[in-house]
Amino acid sequence: MTCNEAEILLHAFLDGELDAGHAREIEGHVATCPRCAAALRVYGELRAAMSRSDLRYVAPDSLRARINGMFPAATPRASNRWTLFNSFMLGSALSATAAASLMFAVVRSDQDQMIAGELVSAHLRSLQAERLIDVHTSDQHTVRPWFNGKVDIAPPVVDLAAQGFTLVGGRLDFIDGRAVAAIVYRRGGHVINLFVTQGSSFGRGSTLKTMHGFNVKLWSEQGLYFGAISDINADELQEFEEKFEAATR
Amino acid sequence: MSPNDGRERFETVVAPYLADAHAYARWLIRNRADAEDVVQEACVRAFRAIDQFSGSNGRAWLLTIVRNTAFTWLKEKRAEALVSMDGLNESERLAVERGALLESSTSPEGEMIAAADADELERHIAALPTEFREVLVLRDMRGLDYREIARITGAPIGTVMSRLARARSMLRTAWLATEGQPI
Repeated sequence: MTCNEAEILLHAFLDGELDAGHAREIEGHVATCPRCAAALRVYGELRAAMSRSDLRYVAPDSLRARINGMFPAATPRASNRWTLFNSFMLGSALSATAAASLMFAVVRSDQDQMIAGELVSAHLRSLQAERLIDVHTSDQHTVRPWFNGKVDIAPPVVDLAAQGFTLVGGRLDFIDGRAVAAIVYRRGGHVINLFVTQGSSFGRGSTLKTMHGFNVKLWSEQGLYFGAISDINADELQEFEEKFEAATR
Repeated sequence: MSPNDGRERFETVVAPYLADAHAYARWLIRNRADAEDVVQEACVRAFRAIDQFSGSNGRAWLLTIVRNTAFTWLKEKRAEALVSMDGLNESERLAVERGALLESSTSPEGEMIAAADADELERHIAALPTEFREVLVLRDMRGLDYREIARITGAPIGTVMSRLARARSMLRTAWLATEGQPI
């Protein structure tokens, strides 16, 4: 790789947008070229300064009020809990953008990849402090009704403790701009997020992907779409799907 | 679709991204009151079109509308504010090239940038031509990925990459120039 090529690509590298092959080439080039290594470091620092500086222009409450005021008052169907959750999601969606931006390589474009990327982001987000679980219980009969009115499906919830996957709770999450049910399991010290939606953006058929060290398993069953993600190995995740499907059938 | 459905769709699809919309408009328009008008107008357009939104990426969708609204506004209110993609003058072009040649293995400039005065940084970013400024804002301040930025700005991903490279290079050069450092 020449310095001219590296000059453009190191930005994509810095932004986590390069596919693995090009990323390795950049790493190789930077290791042997002090000039490009210095440039990479400086751009990283410049970017950090931009995110630290107060340049993000916080939207004033008056603007939110103006926009809310544009609409005729809606019949309040949503509970306060829901409203609170929405405001919370706004905050976490912003902080999650950094994680989300890591997910895409320049050359990748297929829908599965996009969804897998979103699942990885959501998974990472869920592992941040106190984001994992909204309803904390190993009782499947508590988790399932909790989703009533929050998502447009009644997700199947089963405890698989006997099969080695312990149900720990549920959470509302957003994938591809849409509310989805997230059911949380643990296997040993590992967290498994199982996302359930009826949105067809998850794609049909069953696929297993590895992304940023996480395994992502997508499948569909009886009109519902499932995405399981964890840092457990691929075989165990496959086993999780089989046990889950067997228990819900 | 009942008005309530539209309102609820707006709440899920658009409302979570008001902060992004506001920041983007603010950096495009460079005037607080006008930027807020643009965001409001964009929200009106988004609300009217909400049933055409197919549901893949609410943020990119809203920001595309914000961009169109802002550019329409700029054209109407101050035509001179738009700088064309190749509108760099000779000195800007030289500055970009000199910036690219800069060598520094010990990186004192990095420490300087780290201590950067936000006002100074803001001034430099505001001085970038629109096409460069917007990719910088979308990427470095709002954290959008290249594909989203390509979709919003209607430019190919390769163009997004090269604009971002130029934007950062110009910013770095401008910053060093104010500091009176040898380039």
